[in-house]
Amino acid sequence: MTDATELTVTLPARSRKIPRQRAKWHGAVALVLLGAVLAGSALLPDGALSVNAAARALPPQPGHLLGTDMLGRDIAARTLAALAQSVQVGLLAAGASTLVAVVLGLAATFGRLADHAVGVLTELALGLPHFVLLIMIAFAMGGGTTGVVVAVALTHWPRLSRVLRHEAQTIAASDYVAISRALGRSRLWVARHHLVPHLVPQILAGFIVIFPHAILHEAGLSFIGLGIEPHLPSIGVMLSESLREIMAGHWWVAAAPGLGLMLVALAFEQFGEALRRLSDPAGGIA
Amino acid sequence: MLTARALGHAYGNRQVLRGVDLDLAQGEVVGLGGASGSGKTTLCRILAGQLIPDQGEVLLDGGKLLAASPGQPAPVQYAHQSPELAVDPRWTVGRILANGTAPDPEVLTALGIREDWTDRRPMQLSGGELARVSLARLFHTGLRVLICDEITAQLDAIEQERLMRALIELAGRRKVALLLVSHSSALRSRFCRKSLVLDHQDHR
Repeated sequence: MTDATELTVTLPARSRKIPRQRAKWHGAVALVLLGAVLAGSALLPDGALSVNAAARALPPQPGHLLGTDMLGRDIAARTLAALAQSVQVGLLAAGASTLVAVVLGLAATFGRLADHAVGVLTELALGLPHFVLLIMIAFAMGGGTTGVVVAVALTHWPRLSRVLRHEAQTIAASDYVAISRALGRSRLWVARHHLVPHLVPQILAGFIVIFPHAILHEAGLSFIGLGIEPHLPSIGVMLSESLREIMAGHWWVAAAPGLGLMLVALAFEQFGEALRRLSDPAGGIA
Repeated sequence: MLTARALGHAYGNRQVLRGVDLDLAQGEVVGLGGASGSGKTTLCRILAGQLIPDQGEVLLDGGKLLAASPGQPAPVQYAHQSPELAVDPRWTVGRILANGTAPDPEVLTALGIREDWTDRRPMQLSGGELARVSLARLFHTGLRVLICDEITAQLDAIEQERLMRALIELAGRRKVALLLVSHSSALRSRFCRKSLVLDHQDHR
């Protein structure tokens, strides 16, 4: 016989501040990066983007930290201006696309007919080849910045819209919504206090996922001449121009815009993930 | 007070309820039993005005049972089986308790709800604590009938006993009728003077 002894183990409590601090850090990094890009491009000196025949295809060196392209334009200045342009177009297009997704996702909760109509529209949009639709819309809009924004907005909503529709329907059918209704809360109140707080993190995450896509598609459309006007610096235009230069061994012409795009996309992706963890009811641990 | 006459309901071809009669007097505690799938939850939802029956009617004080309207909580409330699904996981306990009307200190004391739970989230409470919070917010001033659908199913025997005693005492003081739904005939016979058992015959 052994003595029955009880052993009490106290597990260390896990700090709940971690996800919040992480979100703050990632948010700060993303916003500082965004601010630096926008401010840097606004502060570029006159003539920083101009052609200089005397400084053609220079590798990175003092005076031209990231080198120059075949026309003698400074890559650092051009990348900064291009990132600012792409970020603006990306934000606008991703914002418009998110808005379409929110409107259509929530419209699905207004009765069976609306739900059916939105469902058919979503399947149709998902069934069509993505880039073909993008090109057709941009072409119909006559190309340019507006064309890119409208094309991206009209092609990127279906996935987010489906997620929002499913979330909205699950919440609308939940026990706690039934209780709020039985306690005399109106539909609008339920939407404001139950639905919106659940959907905002999804909407933010959706926006942040669409954002780098928007920049990449802007690049794709600019590449085939339907995107941002060629005289404006954009990451897409720069990358498509760099294709020719890489053949000549001018790697720096592609490296700066490519890395810049990656950095901005990564910062936003991390920020989105940190926000998602923060808004998770499990406290970001699960 | 709450009267149901000849209630019948079907889901598609499956007739779940047929000819159910029920009378609940003020402050009375009545049990409701029956096997799984016998229609207990369907009956609860009909009595709470959340489901319109195919046949029959539910009357409160002889008049038509009114559903909740904005600013006017329903007189018959339905406490769901799983308290963790019955509260918004993002809300704090304080906010959950203030849903409907301002929390009544008497109810909070009677159900043993502690003040330091106010800032916690549902995930940070135990099953028993959450069940108490979930019940407390339903006790608004106009409450006449509280339907408790297997609310103690997930609790251990001690917690079950404590919660039921607190609930019955509070309901008695406020003259609220209780309909206690439970598989367990032992639990029903312990706390209820009469019980209705649903089977697949006509229920009287």
